[in-house]
Amino acid sequence: MKYRIAMAAILALTMQAASAQDKPAAAVPAGQKDATTLEFEKFRTQMEQEGNPAELFELQGEEFWKAKRGPKNVALTASCDLGLGVGVVKGAYVQMPRYFADAGKVMDAERRIVWCMVEKQGYKFDDLARRPFAGDNYTPEQTSLVTYVAAQSANMKFAVPLKDPHVREVYEIGKEVVAYRAGPYDFSCNTCHGADGKRIRMQNLPNLGTPQGALSAVLGWPGYRMTGSVMLTHQWRMSDCFRQQRFPQPKYASDTITALLTYMTANANGHMYKGLGIKR
Amino acid sequence: MNNISRISLLAAALLTLVAAAHADGDYRAQALSMMKQDFVTKGQASADRISEDGLQAICNRTGNKPPPEIAHRLEADQLAGVKLPADGKLLGDWKSGEQIAQSGRGFTWTDAPGLPVGGNCYNCHQIAPKETSFGTVGPSLFQFGKLRGNTAEMQKYVYSKIYNAKSFNLCSAMPRFGHIGALTEKQIKDLVGLLMDPESPVNK
Amino acid sequence: MASYPIRIRALLKGDVTSITAIVSHPMETGLRKDDAGKTIPPQYIQVLTVELNGKKVMESHLNTAVSTNPVFNFKIKGAKLGDKIVVNWVDNTGEKGSGETTVIPG
Repeated sequence: MKYRIAMAAILALTMQAASAQDKPAAAVPAGQKDATTLEFEKFRTQMEQEGNPAELFELQGEEFWKAKRGPKNVALTASCDLGLGVGVVKGAYVQMPRYFADAGKVMDAERRIVWCMVEKQGYKFDDLARRPFAGDNYTPEQTSLVTYVAAQSANMKFAVPLKDPHVREVYEIGKEVVAYRAGPYDFSCNTCHGADGKRIRMQNLPNLGTPQGALSAVLGWPGYRMTGSVMLTHQWRMSDCFRQQRFPQPKYASDTITALLTYMTANANGHMYKGLGIKR
Repeated sequence: MNNISRISLLAAALLTLVAAAHADGDYRAQALSMMKQDFVTKGQASADRISEDGLQAICNRTGNKPPPEIAHRLEADQLAGVKLPADGKLLGDWKSGEQIAQSGRGFTWTDAPGLPVGGNCYNCHQIAPKETSFGTVGPSLFQFGKLRGNTAEMQKYVYSKIYNAKSFNLCSAMPRFGHIGALTEKQIKDLVGLLMDPESPVNK
Repeated sequence: MASYPIRIRALLKGDVTSITAIVSHPMETGLRKDDAGKTIPPQYIQVLTVELNGKKVMESHLNTAVSTNPVFNFKIKGAKLGDKIVVNWVDNTGEKGSGETTVIPG
């Protein structure tokens, strides 16, 4: 044959998971990574460089962004200002959360997109909030939109406008939220995410108060999760953290979630956002 | 119950003290009222969980470092609330203890309400050597009984620590498993067995 | 009918073109059960082909041991900038999908 063809299909991760279970891993000292984690990181780097299924949701999100939709039949690209002007998506994700005068609020990317869908396109907030995160065979439209918007900030530096007093205030509130202990187990975010080199089981816990820790917490969102093949946003991650913290459920697109995202994203300011993530 | 009201009183006194000392009280107050608005009941995780109790309030307002004299008094209160088993036997079945230590179930909005729940132990501690997937939020408990000695006094300490970790370190990261009614007397005994029994793999 | 987005990249470096195709597809094995306990019928890509300027340069036969939303990477020699790359697939239920792109510098 004239063309030399090499093919490398990336197969199901379940194969890796299975082999990891076959042989018990050696005990790993604190702060170090076990073999499974290292293998997955190699796999993740390859997927991020060569092709991440998250890009399918980016494609879908781009369609949603550009098409006239909703009860008002308006396109977001012609109506939604993510902070850099109506329709501008490049670089918008890494500069949020930011203050939006038209809403009178500091908003993270997902919250702002939902706000635009409600205010500009005429969707009902309660409809969007009913099932806000992806599940089996279901991806909310706003998740695809966030994925599209985030992808347009790949390889740009986080630059949450902390000089804006509105943003600074929400940042300081976010700092209090991560330290707040309550619930049956007396947990705060900081119980697990307030020191370096800690793990829950084998899961490394980033220290949100440090630039490196905050960076590893914000990188990879939104991300494609191999388990269940679902696309998940940073809003989802916050909600699931509160579940594990034994807290009640945070309302979708609420002030508290924005405050948390403001705190951790701003702590990663100056560091590079690598784009859409891939998770186990 | 008496303990709790005493703590709230002390907490109230301390709060006024600390609020005056901290300029960041403003943001904390804003964070609190924000969270009270933003959380809703889901499953067993009721919205009132967002309210802090007296002990949590003190830890929250002192960055988990309360003044020692206050901490010692409140720790003694917490210890006084520890209910030791009536039969005086503290060393349970380590095999059952290992299962309790493995399970992280309980109290989330996706868990079925009610008991029994897991001990969550391996989430944060190294315990038996066979389990290599352990967390490091808490100290290693490997060879605990061997190192500390399987004495009646030490068994009582371990039982009390699991029952209410705040009895010994007021703002410890560890939950108060007996105090909040998460783990039963039998479960705590079995965990004491896991840590203390010379036959437990922890001490082999 | 369900839509199956497909994203393709073809990057030329030296004389080798690296092609990535990300295909939206459930890749159901036929072994899984849904929440109601009913077996989910199998649906997986059986044949994946790649065309360069209309000429088939690769045909690949797949089975169920490939993940949902699979990512395919392959390299070909002989393509030039601006050449047209088409990726087609057919699954066991007869569903088809296709996408195209042009070769760009890598």
